[in-house]
Amino acid sequence: MELEETLLPGVGVRYELRTRSGQLLGIVVQRDGGAEIAVYDRHDPDRARGVFRLNAEEADAVADVLGAPRLTKRFADLSKEVPGLQSARIPIQPGSPFDGRSLGDTRARTLTGCSIVAIVRDADVVPSPTPADQLRAGDVLVAIGSSEGLEQLARRLSGQV
Amino acid sequence: MDHVSALLLELGLLFLGISVLGLAARRLGLSPIPFVLVAALALGEGGVVPLTTAEPFLAAAAEIGVVLLLLTLGLEFSAGELFSSFRRHAPSGVVDLVLNAPPGFVAGLLLGLPWEGALALAGVTWISSSGIVARLLGDLGRLANRETPAVLSVLVLEDLAMALFLPMLVVALAGEGPGSAVAGVALAVGAVLLVLLAAQRHGHRLGRLLSHEDDEQVLLRLVGLTLLVAGLAQAMGASAAVGAFLVGLALPASFAERARAILGPLRDLFAALFFVAFGLATDPGEILPALPVAVALAVVTTATKVGTGWFAARRDGVAVPGRLRAGTALVARGEFSIVIAGMAAAAGIPEIGPVATGYVLLMAVSGPVLTRLVEPLSARWRPAVAPA
Repeated sequence: MELEETLLPGVGVRYELRTRSGQLLGIVVQRDGGAEIAVYDRHDPDRARGVFRLNAEEADAVADVLGAPRLTKRFADLSKEVPGLQSARIPIQPGSPFDGRSLGDTRARTLTGCSIVAIVRDADVVPSPTPADQLRAGDVLVAIGSSEGLEQLARRLSGQV
Repeated sequence: MDHVSALLLELGLLFLGISVLGLAARRLGLSPIPFVLVAALALGEGGVVPLTTAEPFLAAAAEIGVVLLLLTLGLEFSAGELFSSFRRHAPSGVVDLVLNAPPGFVAGLLLGLPWEGALALAGVTWISSSGIVARLLGDLGRLANRETPAVLSVLVLEDLAMALFLPMLVVALAGEGPGSAVAGVALAVGAVLLVLLAAQRHGHRLGRLLSHEDDEQVLLRLVGLTLLVAGLAQAMGASAAVGAFLVGLALPASFAERARAILGPLRDLFAALFFVAFGLATDPGEILPALPVAVALAVVTTATKVGTGWFAARRDGVAVPGRLRAGTALVARGEFSIVIAGMAAAAGIPEIGPVATGYVLLMAVSGPVLTRLVEPLSARWRPAVAPA
């Protein structure tokens, strides 16, 4: 994959992505957080056509839409590549003993051997969370480990152990 | 009618008038600058409505307007962006200077201006309006285009060049001969480099000094510091505008974002008054006789600016339609041409006023129109050799 980055003085940064299907995508990320997404003219490849203009809020929404499933997908791919390794999305239910406590308190790795690689909270994703990150009811933990370990972790998070 | 009520009435009508003109200009997809200039010509002495009471206030507001214009210009680009533009597009900057400044200089001499006046006119034809061009690129959806980095780089380099050109012009206008003009430039180069390097290392400290959670505090500190530096620069025989530009340059990118947002409305208000004051100082009766020269200059420097954009875009490997888009986008001249002409007029060369006004009126309108016209070209463009 080719992702080319060009500085636009006074405006922001332009990214150009040549996809495997041969299409060219242009993304201008503006300094105020807004973005423009464009495809290029077939006859004049220097010219952006069909420009989408996003303000900062809309750009964030698009980033979330593309970002959240991608993250879990990446771990799904990983578990396919490594035999015996599984990934799971484990929710923190209301009433869980870990609602309001830190990730470190779950002692997930010590007790179950699982790694928690991300916390999905509404539309946000906290990748590579630290032990100090607080958990809340409604969070979904993305974890990888053995299938027994993941089951153990799910039970522990729901307060069954 | 007493003095205060006359002043308030005049200013109120003035701002409302500018508002209506700005709205009309945006409807047409043009910059409000030429509209405000034309309206200001119609006002004042020899015009339709005399603005006698407001004139002293306008003169002071115009000075602040220039300072704020240059401060926001310095805030617009970070030191990193300046350096990277310089590395990649230094030859484009040289071509820009070599093609666009001489027509103004020659025209100035032919008009019988002293060489200092001709130098000012060279600056008028050289510097594109970064305000008009940047807005145009956004409006036309060209930010993602391949030629756009080249266009923006030329603008950045021109803005940097302004920081060197203005002190030279100020020294030259003071009538101290070419020798001290060169010394003025050397001093300016030193000051700009020093500020850029200091900003890279210690800019965050200045940022911390000015920041406060309260917007009002930020505004007061920033405007206070800028006026102080501008005043000192002026007292030292440099230019207030350059002092303000250096303050903007020295502020770190993290603070610049907030400063731009807070300063924006104030800048717009005072910059508008600056254009009004410039228009007021120009005698409308002299525009018509100066028009043939302004038209000739406009034709020549449109061609040279297109050449500049063509050259810069070609360096980035852009094809013919993109080069034309880049060239025509750069044609517009505006606020900085007026700043330069205003300096010369204030220094006792009022003859530059009519020709510079006519010229900016033409270029601020024709630039945006021209670059819209070349847009459909790419639909018809076919590369001579089909890509394999």
